[in-house]
Amino acid sequence: MNRRESALTTARRGSIITVLALAGFAGVYVRALMFTPIERFQGPAQKILYVHAPIALTTLFAFGVTGLLSLLYLILKDRRLDHLAASSAEVGVVLSIAMLITGPIWGKPIWGTWWTWDARLTSTLFLFLLFVGYLVLRDALTDFEMRARFSAVLGVLALALVPFIHMTVYWFRTLHPEPVLLKPGTPSMPGAMLVTLLSSMAVVITLYVGFLMQRYALSVLEDVREEEAALELS
Amino acid sequence: MVAMRVPSCSGFGIWWQMANGFFAVAGAIAIKDLAVEWRTKTALVSSLVFAILVLAILYFARDATAVSAFEVAPGVLWVTFTFAGMLGLNRAFLLERENHALDGLRLTSATPHAIFLGKMIGNAVFVGLVQLVSLPLFILFYNVPIWNRLPVLVLVMAMATLAFVSVGTLLSAMVVRTRFSEVMLPVLLLPFLVPPIVSAVQVTWRILADRPMAEMTGWLSLLGAFDVIFFILSIMLFEAIITE
Repeated sequence: MNRRESALTTARRGSIITVLALAGFAGVYVRALMFTPIERFQGPAQKILYVHAPIALTTLFAFGVTGLLSLLYLILKDRRLDHLAASSAEVGVVLSIAMLITGPIWGKPIWGTWWTWDARLTSTLFLFLLFVGYLVLRDALTDFEMRARFSAVLGVLALALVPFIHMTVYWFRTLHPEPVLLKPGTPSMPGAMLVTLLSSMAVVITLYVGFLMQRYALSVLEDVREEEAALELS
Repeated sequence: MVAMRVPSCSGFGIWWQMANGFFAVAGAIAIKDLAVEWRTKTALVSSLVFAILVLAILYFARDATAVSAFEVAPGVLWVTFTFAGMLGLNRAFLLERENHALDGLRLTSATPHAIFLGKMIGNAVFVGLVQLVSLPLFILFYNVPIWNRLPVLVLVMAMATLAFVSVGTLLSAMVVRTRFSEVMLPVLLLPFLVPPIVSAVQVTWRILADRPMAEMTGWLSLLGAFDVIFFILSIMLFEAIITE
């Protein structure tokens, strides 16, 4: 099977996974709104957690994937790794926009403010801007090989930067609710809520995979098209 | 017969010669860059004038009846250093872009690491000169009597500058090969400057407020860790930027 056909297959599979994930997302909405108890202190506003937290975690995961694939690209020099790293960054940027929109909607009724310079808000904002920069850098480079190398270098640097940004803004001051899921010990949440949160987590990860496969297929197809155009010219 | 100096057979001797050669090459590249800059002084003078302008403008960018100049001073100092330093960063590799000078540099026996170190030292001296002139002006304009604690401030400046130039040199080597390199550098570099600048500002206000040294060690160690990790990463990753 040639590259074009296998990319098209990946795209088709990706779109099926995306449709399934979107259906699952609708299910999560129904479960969160109708079958999950209302939180005692925060009221209905807490329900946004079921969308916001999984998206936030998946965003971080997406950027982590970009960083690791960048490192692997520098070692193995495989074009597919570059396509995948860039696709993950792009999906991550889209998810982080969703994260940065859902956060303030919750923040306004609970904190009384749309935005605050809290550790997690600040670090995700900088991370978002950093990966927008990553995509801008890719756009500014036309040569494939140079684009792949340079963006891989930026991806590796970004991976090293994340803990530093987090430490910095954490020491500055923090206001964000403590983690309920990713922390030592048992999750501090009733079972019904936890089920909703975890199923939403699974759905968002599936959505990420679906988007990633489609975006990856698209960049492979772009690559194939460029090669064909170069052949036609020569 | 040509007399040849036989290198010392011991492992240490060979290492010593290699290290000597490495630093000699890096030094030569730094001196070349600084000599080119010294002949025109365009970037240096522009950065200095820019730094003084930023210091002066930020003095008025506050409500003088509500916020004293002393309170905004640490932030102003680091914003000035960052923006003025960034003006000079692209210069190091823009020089090499003309007439494909970078290809010439690569054809010499200089290793990518030595080229990086040379460029980085050149940038550090450039940023250091801008700081050397703008610091006394800052003390004068903002009326901050810190002469007795100057050594700590100079230490923070040196540490933050190392962070700034190591990532900055690496990123500038990338962006000069792109379109819109002047805009691209701040967009890519500023997120990396968050930890060093926040640490530097935190330490600086403690210096200005005459706080004990123990309150600064946390931030100083964060800055030190950033310096070490990003210097090593930058010097290693530079090879991927420069090799075709």
